[in-house]
Amino acid sequence: MAWKTPGNAKYAESDEWIIVDGDSAKVGLTDYAQDHLSDVVFVDLPEVGDSVTKGESFGTVESVKAASDVYAPASGEIIAVNEALDDEPELINSDPYGAGWIIEIKLSDAGELDSLMDAAAYAKHCDERE
Amino acid sequence: MTDEQTTQSNATLPPLEPLIYDLGAPGRKGVNLPDSDVPEARLPEHLVRTGLDLPEVSEMDVVRHFVRLSQFNYSIDTGFYPLGSCTMKYNPKLNEDMARLPGFALAHPLQDTTTVQGALALMYTLQAWLAEISGMAGVSLQPAAGAHGEFAGILMIRAYHIANGEPNRTRIIVPDSAHGTNPATTAMTGLDVVEITSDNNGDVDLDRLREVCDETVAGMMITVPNTLGVFEGHINEIVDIVHGCGGLMYMDGANMNAMLGIAKPGELGFDVMHYNLHKTFSTPHGGGGPGSGPVAANEKLLPFLPGPVATIEEEGDGDIPPLYGLSMPEQSIGRLKAFYGNFGMLVRAFTYIMLHGGPGLKAVTQHAVLNANYIRARLKDSYTMPFERICGHEFVCEGHWTDAEGVHALDVSKRLMDYGFHPPTNYFPLIVPEALLIEPTETESKEACDAFIEAMLTIAKEAKDNPDLLHEAPHKTPVGRVDEVRAAKELVLCCRPIPAVEK
Amino acid sequence: MTYIPHTDADREAMLKAIGVESLDDLFDAVPTGQRFPRLDLPAPLSEPEAAWEVGGLAASNVAAQDYAIFLGAGVYNHFIPSVINHILLRGEFYTAYTPYQPEMSQGTLQAIYEYQSMMCALTGMEAANASHYDGATSLAEAVTMARAHFRGKRSKVILCPGVHPQYRAVARTYHQGSGMQFVGDKGNATIPDLIDMLDDSTAMLVVSYPNFFGQIDDIGGLATAVHNAGALLCLVVDPIALGLFKSPGELGADVVVGEGQPLGIPMSYGGPYLGFFATRKKYARQIAGRIIGETVDKHGRRAYVMTLRPREQDIRREKATSNICTNQGLMALAACVYLSVMGKHGLRRVAELCYHKAHYAAEQINALEDYSVDTSKPFFKEFVVTCPRPVSAINEHLLEHWGIIGGYGLSQDYPQRENQMLVAVTEMNTRDEIDTLVEALRNPDAHAGHAH
Repeated sequence: MAWKTPGNAKYAESDEWIIVDGDSAKVGLTDYAQDHLSDVVFVDLPEVGDSVTKGESFGTVESVKAASDVYAPASGEIIAVNEALDDEPELINSDPYGAGWIIEIKLSDAGELDSLMDAAAYAKHCDERE
Repeated sequence: MTDEQTTQSNATLPPLEPLIYDLGAPGRKGVNLPDSDVPEARLPEHLVRTGLDLPEVSEMDVVRHFVRLSQFNYSIDTGFYPLGSCTMKYNPKLNEDMARLPGFALAHPLQDTTTVQGALALMYTLQAWLAEISGMAGVSLQPAAGAHGEFAGILMIRAYHIANGEPNRTRIIVPDSAHGTNPATTAMTGLDVVEITSDNNGDVDLDRLREVCDETVAGMMITVPNTLGVFEGHINEIVDIVHGCGGLMYMDGANMNAMLGIAKPGELGFDVMHYNLHKTFSTPHGGGGPGSGPVAANEKLLPFLPGPVATIEEEGDGDIPPLYGLSMPEQSIGRLKAFYGNFGMLVRAFTYIMLHGGPGLKAVTQHAVLNANYIRARLKDSYTMPFERICGHEFVCEGHWTDAEGVHALDVSKRLMDYGFHPPTNYFPLIVPEALLIEPTETESKEACDAFIEAMLTIAKEAKDNPDLLHEAPHKTPVGRVDEVRAAKELVLCCRPIPAVEK
Repeated sequence: MTYIPHTDADREAMLKAIGVESLDDLFDAVPTGQRFPRLDLPAPLSEPEAAWEVGGLAASNVAAQDYAIFLGAGVYNHFIPSVINHILLRGEFYTAYTPYQPEMSQGTLQAIYEYQSMMCALTGMEAANASHYDGATSLAEAVTMARAHFRGKRSKVILCPGVHPQYRAVARTYHQGSGMQFVGDKGNATIPDLIDMLDDSTAMLVVSYPNFFGQIDDIGGLATAVHNAGALLCLVVDPIALGLFKSPGELGADVVVGEGQPLGIPMSYGGPYLGFFATRKKYARQIAGRIIGETVDKHGRRAYVMTLRPREQDIRREKATSNICTNQGLMALAACVYLSVMGKHGLRRVAELCYHKAHYAAEQINALEDYSVDTSKPFFKEFVVTCPRPVSAINEHLLEHWGIIGGYGLSQDYPQRENQMLVAVTEMNTRDEIDTLVEALRNPDAHAGHAH
């Protein structure tokens, strides 16, 4: 099975993506992650102004059979959260890299991104787990 | 909150049974209450509520409604219920009569202890019996359920280390095959969970255990036989390793139906454990409780038991019975609930043990294990068995086949319903793919086991020949598969509109 | 063995299929040193013998079927309509497991959903769970919910001294390792005193309605004060009182917990009871324990299912909202049947009868020389009497000579309340019983026959 892994994103082992735009970046769950969670029914969002630390959990995504922590792929301050997920959590399933983004952060150390995977490495990481 | 109309807008078929709120008529009453035989006092109008949105139905409306609802349930009294880790054995009817005796049912828990000597004698004796069966020094009957008993046990371990000047012991080791309650309990006590893997045999990985054992370990929780249904091959070594680093051993007693008269946890080296009276000692599960989860401890942890516990205040003499009382253990972790436990459940378990005695309890376990191994032996050519060994009172098999693509354990479970059986436990233990955990209990006859086996064998064939039969199952239940996504998203938890409240 | 159906032929055939010689061979994995211990238990009894033994223990208790009872303090002798026990004894309900398989459990699921709906109606809340072990553990779980809600950033819980002493003790037991701190209940703090304790570390303020002394405190402005401090307001309530008094929802509560025993559940020496828990819908995802939600099946037929499952221990493990698994399901069914059959009119009538009889009793006792009743606040079905002698001595006299189970001695929990008795009066106490109690208190040396 092939999951979408857009080339403009970087990926964490725990199945989050990050797409950088200037000194801020959007974060969400990958196609692989949403497929394994199945229908997302609820997203527990953090608050704007909170800071996140690379590798630490900042929220939870729930399906009917699992609740999954979402970990920050990089550190920074949250400058926006995707409030559309309150009413339409299924956006994470239908458009994981677009309308299903979860938070936007102001990066505190762009160097942290170097340790993340690129699309090819992440696609391999997904295949290896099947 | 939505009202009736909007919550049902997508339903296309009439409901199985209307809601109680949709029955009856305005002004109808279900109970005739007496007039006041005292002068009526003036009500404090500014404190009195205006509306009360409860049903208006007759007694017969109520009876028919709930009888019809009951008919949509499956139960032990209906048929075979091989739900792994739940011990769905027959619940003797005598238990129910005993718990309802007015001397028990109408006793108030705050009466002077001299007026409830019968209740206290029962509790004291049950404590002693449960201590004997477990090989422990003492028992508190306070916990109301298994998870509550676990909570007591881990709080006791925590309190013990604090009392010993070792508050840095904050880690509890839990195998990856454990019941979810074990890690959840640990988190509730403020301690940290260290999960360790199982080896290919379903046993605790001893090397891994040695690695994690150090001076920060408070203890380890394990289930015996474990949740995979097997007696740990190295139970003595596990206990020694954990004790060797100063940790204490907790036994999750969910599987005690495989242990009665077979081994005593206290003699195996466990320091504390809980029972599930609603599993092992036949008190009913009640559609989700009440249960009862007494906690048993050895000498080391005895002073930390939750309380109060039943004690003897004055020894008896010849025909004079002892004077029973209630007291808090010396260094008790405290009260875990109001009063003394789910007393009505204690009466039932007491009655059950009384009917069996020692040899009877051993026979219970022998036959529970016999039934499980018999079914396992008859299914092993048709279902993958992750562990090829004699099992305890339950066993795990896998509900999937390479030549039946797209069939999952859940489909097998749902198809079993069509054959009139309650499914086994699905997807637990988590470490076995497509797990089906099967626990027949001793109260099922060979014919009942055979009928279940036949259904399982038929389903294994159907999985390959006609997988849609499984995917679409169940076909014969009051409702088909339900939309869980909708339930979780729409979150309709109440059928009544909330009255508007002035700010 | 009565409940083991196997014949010798069955055993033989089954052992053969397994491939072992004897039942004992099934236990080879158990270490030999500890295998097959002797169980030192009494010899087994037959069914009639056991019934006789257990019946003897029951008969030796003093209990409310033979005595007039004025003891409450959180557990009450209310009327239990016969229909409840008949429904509870349906094997389809009481021998079922937790409704994990909705296709085979619509009976339990719909009944619990109806129970949740009635508890919401009664409390004025929007979401209720399927139950906790009892009122005390419901309060402890409310604290857990508050802790989760503030993600550990607020750790102070203000407890009113008028919350049941055992509930406060249980909340402390539950949270001995969680980092939550309890304040407010060690002295005589009043509601304004509690309001003064609110600050930005306060997670929740807990008040009892009515309080442990049976009184309705003035909590009109309390919710505003609590909410201004950013905290949650939890009310511990008597469900019968809610048949008469304003709902906690109307008073601005965020969480409502309490003991459901008065709703058709026998006193049964302390359990099994019913912890109820209701809250605003916005907190629903932080509720511990099971919750039933409405949905449809694949044919579009209305159906019910356990929902919000990922919060629970079997899925979320150490991150679960609680470890609760088995709850008090059958007791929730009892309350559901009780509230159905009592209904809108019956519950109000029960509450009014309690109110009238308690006020009659209070007035009569207050008129006695040497006794005084605390009438400083409105009360419901319980009131505090200051007595001329220790409560234990009075109770002994009431029991021995008048066939009366007297009230609760408050100095057990509140040392400053020496000689104070908490008297409970319900719809089950007749005027005769009340008059006899008054007579017995008036004449400490008189010996009358039983009140019945």
